[in-house]
Amino acid sequence: MREVKAGGIARAVKKLCMDANYYLPSDVIDALKEGYRKEESPVGKDVLLQILKNVKIAAQQKIPLCQDTGLAVFFIDLGQEVRIIGGNLEDAIDKGVKEGYLKGYLRKSVVSDPLFKRTNSKDNTPSVIHIRIVPGNKIKIILAPKGGGAENMSRVAMLKPADGVEGVKDFVIETVKRAGANSCPPVIVGVGIGGNFEKAPCLAKRALLRKIGEHNPDERYARLEDELLARINNVGIGPQGLGGRVTALAVNIEWFPCHIASLPIAVNIQCHSARHKEIEI
Amino acid sequence: MKSETKLLAPLSSKDIEKLEVGDKVSLSGIIYTARDAAHKRLVETLKRGKKLPFNPEGQVIYYVGPAPARPGRVIGSAGPTTSSRMDPYAIYLMEAGVKGMIGKGSRGQKVKEAMRKYKAVYFAAVGGVAALLSQYIKKAEVIAYEDLGAEAIRRLEVEDFPLLVVNDTKGGDLYQEGTRQYSMSV
Repeated sequence: MREVKAGGIARAVKKLCMDANYYLPSDVIDALKEGYRKEESPVGKDVLLQILKNVKIAAQQKIPLCQDTGLAVFFIDLGQEVRIIGGNLEDAIDKGVKEGYLKGYLRKSVVSDPLFKRTNSKDNTPSVIHIRIVPGNKIKIILAPKGGGAENMSRVAMLKPADGVEGVKDFVIETVKRAGANSCPPVIVGVGIGGNFEKAPCLAKRALLRKIGEHNPDERYARLEDELLARINNVGIGPQGLGGRVTALAVNIEWFPCHIASLPIAVNIQCHSARHKEIEI
Repeated sequence: MKSETKLLAPLSSKDIEKLEVGDKVSLSGIIYTARDAAHKRLVETLKRGKKLPFNPEGQVIYYVGPAPARPGRVIGSAGPTTSSRMDPYAIYLMEAGVKGMIGKGSRGQKVKEAMRKYKAVYFAAVGGVAALLSQYIKKAEVIAYEDLGAEAIRRLEVEDFPLLVVNDTKGGDLYQEGTRQYSMSV
């Protein structure tokens, strides 16, 4: 067993919180630049220019790209040969989030109770943590801060198997249409197909972590990604919903086997501030 | 794209009535921030017949919950939040005299009708460019509901803040018109 100190995890998470909120991944920046070249609408072009300027200012001044620095969503691949000492994993993550959001001048956007009191927890905890036990003696930590605007426009449905490929396509396009300007386009569309009621949205969220330009390894799903992207970009929503060609930068599909009676589908929309960062300990 | 109109906030009815859907506006002057929790309190105050923490006449409300300021800075990143969440409250504020709203995303039918009735406009700022937009904010001061943290009401002094007119006083809607213009049958 390899021993990893909880304190080291907290320190790594603290840095991840700041870096993820100040610096946009390079594949997203490249896709935005490509979008700027492709966009036909002058208003849309101006929006993309502002987005690219914003990326530079955030990095130079070390201030968050978006004031909504999100709920801190973690995907952890925990090697089964790792033993965490000096504390437990989830506490270490939340400690890192607390410090990162405080010292990094990031907004605290969590209410402690969703329904009755809705008072701000003031340190952006608790985080949402997905843990997967994997072979090996490393811990991979991915942080994807997720803002409220695009998350609120995401949807899940239990389709009938008879709805088939057409039903899936219609649901994805309808979700993007309904989201319109609210989800801060150009968006990345994460699609989870299969699994069950809770698996599909987890797949959709995980799909958002994929690099722009990479496709699902299964050719049928890769073709579906391309077709959906083209159709979404013909809807006309455009950057910020003000009209234009560049509504989405990518459609990423992840899938999983499912029950003979089901065809679950989830669409998780990611705004253009597609922040995520990872570290391996 | 249309040419740019320079405006000074608070706004007059005259300023508002000449604005049209799609106009680029460069806004300077004083504006107030408020989002979900602050709107709830503002409208409760109005319903009780009490005075608001600021004079609403001609004011522009910016739907934003800024990030904390780094030391030596006026404000942290400060971009618009989704406006439709403020729809249940917006009509009361327009009735009280508010003339402009800044946010992102489309408004409901009732709010659009109220904009025509009370002669108010809805401006979009680009969502997610909060670091850039914070550069146009020259002063910021919490004036009410400090306990709400990011959601407290702030009085901002802005200079050439870049906006687009989404809904004017004549019933136009830039989101609908823009999407229609670029839509290809799908």
